[in-house]
Amino acid sequence: MTLVDHSTSPDLVGPPHSHGPRRDAAPLLPDPEPVRVLGTEAAAAFDPELARDLHRRLVLARRFNQQATTLTRQGRLAVYPASTGQEACQVGAAMVLRPQDWLFPSYRDTLAVVARGVRPIDALTLMRGHAHCGYDPYEHRIAPLSTPLATQAAHAVGLAHAARLRAAEDPARDERLVALALVGDGATSEGDFHEALNFAAVLGAPVVFLVQNNGYAISVPLARQCAAPTLAHKAVGYGMVGRLVDGNDALAVHQVLSDAVEHARSGRGPVLVEAITYRLDAHTNADDATRYRSAGEVEAWRARDPLTLLDAHLRARGLLDDAGAAELARAAEELAGRIRAEFEAAPEPDPATLFAHVYAEPTSQLRAQAAELSARLAAEAAEDPDGDPYHLDGDGFDADALTADGRGTEGLGGAA
Amino acid sequence: MVGALNAALRDCLREDPAVHVLGEDVGALGGVFRVTDGLAAEFGSARCLDTPLAEAGILGTAIGMAMYGLRPVVEMQFDAFAFPAFEQLVSHVAKMRNRTGGRVGLPITIRVPYGGGVGGVEHHSDSSEAYYAHTPGLHVVTPATVADGYGLLRAAIASDDPVVFLEPKRLYWSSDPADAEAPASRAPAAGAPAAGLSASGAGPGTGRGAREGVAPIGRAVVRRAGTSATLITYGPSLPICLAAAQAAKADGLDLAVVDLRSLVPFDDETVCAAVRATGRAVVVHEASGFGGVGAEIAARVGERCFHHLAAPVLRVTGYDIPYPPPMLEKHHLPSVDRVLDAVARLQWEQ
Repeated sequence: MTLVDHSTSPDLVGPPHSHGPRRDAAPLLPDPEPVRVLGTEAAAAFDPELARDLHRRLVLARRFNQQATTLTRQGRLAVYPASTGQEACQVGAAMVLRPQDWLFPSYRDTLAVVARGVRPIDALTLMRGHAHCGYDPYEHRIAPLSTPLATQAAHAVGLAHAARLRAAEDPARDERLVALALVGDGATSEGDFHEALNFAAVLGAPVVFLVQNNGYAISVPLARQCAAPTLAHKAVGYGMVGRLVDGNDALAVHQVLSDAVEHARSGRGPVLVEAITYRLDAHTNADDATRYRSAGEVEAWRARDPLTLLDAHLRARGLLDDAGAAELARAAEELAGRIRAEFEAAPEPDPATLFAHVYAEPTSQLRAQAAELSARLAAEAAEDPDGDPYHLDGDGFDADALTADGRGTEGLGGAA
Repeated sequence: MVGALNAALRDCLREDPAVHVLGEDVGALGGVFRVTDGLAAEFGSARCLDTPLAEAGILGTAIGMAMYGLRPVVEMQFDAFAFPAFEQLVSHVAKMRNRTGGRVGLPITIRVPYGGGVGGVEHHSDSSEAYYAHTPGLHVVTPATVADGYGLLRAAIASDDPVVFLEPKRLYWSSDPADAEAPASRAPAAGAPAAGLSASGAGPGTGRGAREGVAPIGRAVVRRAGTSATLITYGPSLPICLAAAQAAKADGLDLAVVDLRSLVPFDDETVCAAVRATGRAVVVHEASGFGGVGAEIAARVGERCFHHLAAPVLRVTGYDIPYPPPMLEKHHLPSVDRVLDAVARLQWEQ
């Protein structure tokens, strides 16, 4: 039985009242296809010097990945999550930032950290197992490599928000900075990713989120991770612009990221960029990628290697010849040799770093524990002078040195 | 205590432009317990920021703000509602100074209303201090008096290290007794207007802390001197212990009461001196006993005061059960009777 005939009754209440401004979703939507430059008409118009610069950095980046992987096999790195195949994203992320900007990398982004100017040995201390972060975040404006997925995205939002607060209080101090947060496709499933994007959009914070979608969260393919049309579409749900780009097209990555960074810098809010790329190596040296992906799939992506694509473009335009390539190869070998030399010269990790900097001022309990370790190391050194890696000569540490400021940074290699 | 906490926030916001308050409902509403009442009106919605409802996002945002030089004061609405922020707290807040070789400190205060005894329904009465105290890199403090509510919060916000500031919900509406031994005697009675607070001048203390109304982090305080046995407690259980000491007088027992105030750093010196003076000790807290702060205290006292002890250190705690429904919580919480029963078991016959 029908109590009210809706087909004839007038609309008595009208539509629901809006709880906030309704926004048109269309301007936020990513393009239906990933933005590409290489292989399109736009390629001819791309700044040739910038293209050559990108290529040079890509060559060095690839060599860095190879050298780091080798160091892992030699046992000199505890682990290395290679970004082989993702170098266009790594290099592009570092290149589009200005000095006042901040980078918030995740654990696979060592290369982006190096590309922004950190010494390889300092960027790799986390992977060496010597110290959690070997560079000064304030010197380089790079947050520590974040292993807990997507957690650093919220830090990027807070820092960018704080910069705008400070700028509002004192326009003379306005740095017009942008924070760029790097995450992978797997991290987009984390609650912290959602919360960071939501906070960024609500606060209008100048943040760019770059998702390097390499298709797998270790072994789980994207289809089991996400049912959204694309990861870039998630932006619309937060009210921010989403962009989709070919992550292996270095020119496109640079262009889209540059646009995104300047969009955020101009006060128009955050941007989510999804770069479609592929991890040509396994997740880490401890991973066996053959268990979850086919050789054919890897080969298909190898044909779309960002370095190969850009190489072909430069040669076709006459911007690169064999002599230029040989010169680049020499520069790459020089980088690899420098990394090896830095590893040779790197000191052993210093036990003094254990107790330093747990707090601004060590607690009495930490002082006691530091003294205990110092005494034990001294006793061991006295028993076996040849096995004394810290050159204590039986004297031990000054217990205060184990907790004091100056001593604590020596082992990090980046304090000088 | 709500008034004292509000006054501390107000004074910090006035004195230091780097101080920012953020959390859920801290703006127009003034927080569900009104601790941030009036702050958005006085300092603006940017410095007392209503955030989206997401605790990990709140704390993660605060981390970034602190990295840029601000001093965020985060409000977690309830003890159990702070758990979504646990990863940000443990993996970043607690570790940032250490993992960056001292280069990046995070002066963040994380205010958490905690504990039961207020008739709260499920997820509104947890005692979460052991999780925080177990995490190196965090300071963990909890006021039990109105004076410390003001003084400790001032100290927490002034600290260059992250501080988890646990506010005993059931003491929110408390006022200090006139004869309380309040080390930070400048702080106001609950509900006192901020102007009255600022005009109240220095207390009798001569130290910097007393003059500025800041209670030092890391120092316990003896709330009641005694000769028979020592009760060691903090936060919501302090009034229970003081009442138990009062009641014990009828049995001819003179109980000392130590208020820890700071769980991390832990004040071994004050606690051990108070235990050695009596030779008997009972630790009282309402969190579950197993793996709790009381276990740590009993171990520390045992390690340091063994030859002064006439009996094992006993604990009176909440049972090892999920926090009960409000109509049953009175059985779970330490009571005067349970404290006195424990005191009676301190091997007086020997």
